Amino acid sequence: MITIIRKELADYFTSIRCFILFLLVVVASAVALYAAQQGIRGANAESGFIFMGLFTVGGDIPSLATFIALLVPVIGIALGFDAINNERSTGTLNRILSQPIYRDSVINGKFLAGMITLAIMIFAAMLLVAGYGLRMIGVPPAAEEIIRLFIYFVAVVIYGAFWMGLAILFSILFRSLAVSLLCPLAIWILIGNPVFNPYISFVVPAVTNSVGTYLMLLRISPYFLFAEATAALLDPLFRGLGILTISDTTGMLLFRPLSLDQSLLVVWPQLTALICLTVICFAVSYIVFMRQEIRST
Amino acid sequence: MGNNIVLETRDLTKKYDGTTVVDRLNLHVAENEVFGLLGPNGAGKTTTILMLLGLTEPASGSARVFGFDSTREPLKVKRLTGYLPERLGFYENLTARENLRFIAWLNNMNDEEAERQIDHVLEEVGLVEKADTAVRKFSRGMKQRLGIADVLVKKPRLVILDEPTAGLDPEGINQTLDLIAGLPKMDTTVVMCSHRLYEVQRICHSIAILAKGKLVVEGALDELGRDALAGGRYRIEVETAEASPQLVGVIGQISGVRNVEAEGNFLHVITDSDLRAAISKAVVNSGVALIQMKVREFSLDDIYKKYFQEG
Repeated sequence: MITIIRKELADYFTSIRCFILFLLVVVASAVALYAAQQGIRGANAESGFIFMGLFTVGGDIPSLATFIALLVPVIGIALGFDAINNERSTGTLNRILSQPIYRDSVINGKFLAGMITLAIMIFAAMLLVAGYGLRMIGVPPAAEEIIRLFIYFVAVVIYGAFWMGLAILFSILFRSLAVSLLCPLAIWILIGNPVFNPYISFVVPAVTNSVGTYLMLLRISPYFLFAEATAALLDPLFRGLGILTISDTTGMLLFRPLSLDQSLLVVWPQLTALICLTVICFAVSYIVFMRQEIRST
Repeated sequence: MGNNIVLETRDLTKKYDGTTVVDRLNLHVAENEVFGLLGPNGAGKTTTILMLLGLTEPASGSARVFGFDSTREPLKVKRLTGYLPERLGFYENLTARENLRFIAWLNNMNDEEAERQIDHVLEEVGLVEKADTAVRKFSRGMKQRLGIADVLVKKPRLVILDEPTAGLDPEGINQTLDLIAGLPKMDTTVVMCSHRLYEVQRICHSIAILAKGKLVVEGALDELGRDALAGGRYRIEVETAEASPQLVGVIGQISGVRNVEAEGNFLHVITDSDLRAAISKAVVNSGVALIQMKVREFSLDDIYKKYFQEG
């Protein structure tokens, strides 16, 4: 399996596709940095988390966190949509599977190589913003900020892994590259994109009036789960979207930032759900692939 | 040629959506022979190969390769077996060497051994100068040669070749056939599928013919040939200056001669064994000039036709 990861990584890093994605990430970071520079002065002063503002503060131009929420699914889909069907149509899948390896190590290897590529991209973007931002604002990050950012990074990689897993699943199900690209993109447009999301803005409000079901339905959307999780991680003031009754709020000090472990408690269900979705995608891919006939005709 | 059976199937059966594509197949391949698997398109050859490698599961029956069950221990089978698919594909953006290196690594070779083996097989197939050229620049024939290098790079004890000469020019076909025919000397057994009967006849020791998933016939090539031509007997053609009825009578008297037919100046003699010495003596003794005489060579066409007329 190490061999497959090695080869896939080499493939990714020499491909034009990856170069374009990297370029996209770098441009997004630069733009986000500019946005943070414009808006950071007035922001986050009350919570004391100034450094983290580099990632969350935006004005007319979105922040890095918004950019990442937008880009990560696209990167995940771009890395995964042709994973299996491309090899099948060029005849290389046959050749690999007739070597003494387990069939699952092919998708495991591809999945892990994609995850590593994705992680490197996101890590690069965050380091870029952190480094230039540090020079710009001169406020070093607190230990808690570093931990929060790291957990945020992990959440982003899991979120990307979900979209990649979905794309790989479609690349196993469909022989045509166009179909396996369009299916996850369609799902992304319907329930996963942060800019204009028909599911969140139209479908769910139309279905229910009850706040409880409303939230539950919203949380079917992986984007919504991710947005909730990252909001709590990056904004210590965020308390979750549960229903607060008056008796709850009266006792609460609403404008005191949550400690790290309290924030983690808030995002824990969302993170678990995201991991779950990823695992389900992967498990289905796995089962379908193991049962599939490999002949190319 | 050893007598050890390295590949054996027992009542191997495969069904796709209720259609039986391979039907109770029993094959036996001896160690270090070249075995030809023949049959029209859709006869179940490729499916049989996939089952041998554990790439698809049989509906019933079993296949054993070097004593390992193909369904239960596919990894052990695939470690010893190289497979050249009919439609082979390479990573087009990688060079020939990189493609082979990937396969060598998947077979747990260390770097040094892999490089040595890659040089060796590229030399065998005549692609040394192209080793560092990207595969997308290869012609169809070069890819086919690379495919054979690809099969050999893991040092297999058994190779299964599906149409190994497809897309090659006559020169390339000859080289490839020579290469394949030389494999048994290097302790490698060959199973080969091909539609070109003369190729099979040239290098195969044994053959099996499949039709509609069923085994039509299996056996050593020379025995099958005689069988197809004259029901297991020799067919000797004698050309004389004059084929008189007396001569037919004289030859008919030789013990072991089953039948004699005259056709112009030719006599077709069917015998139990190679009786050329006795026949020539009889012809000369009867005072007729003997012009030439030979045991009729069978061609695989005869075998193929015979079984497909019957079937």
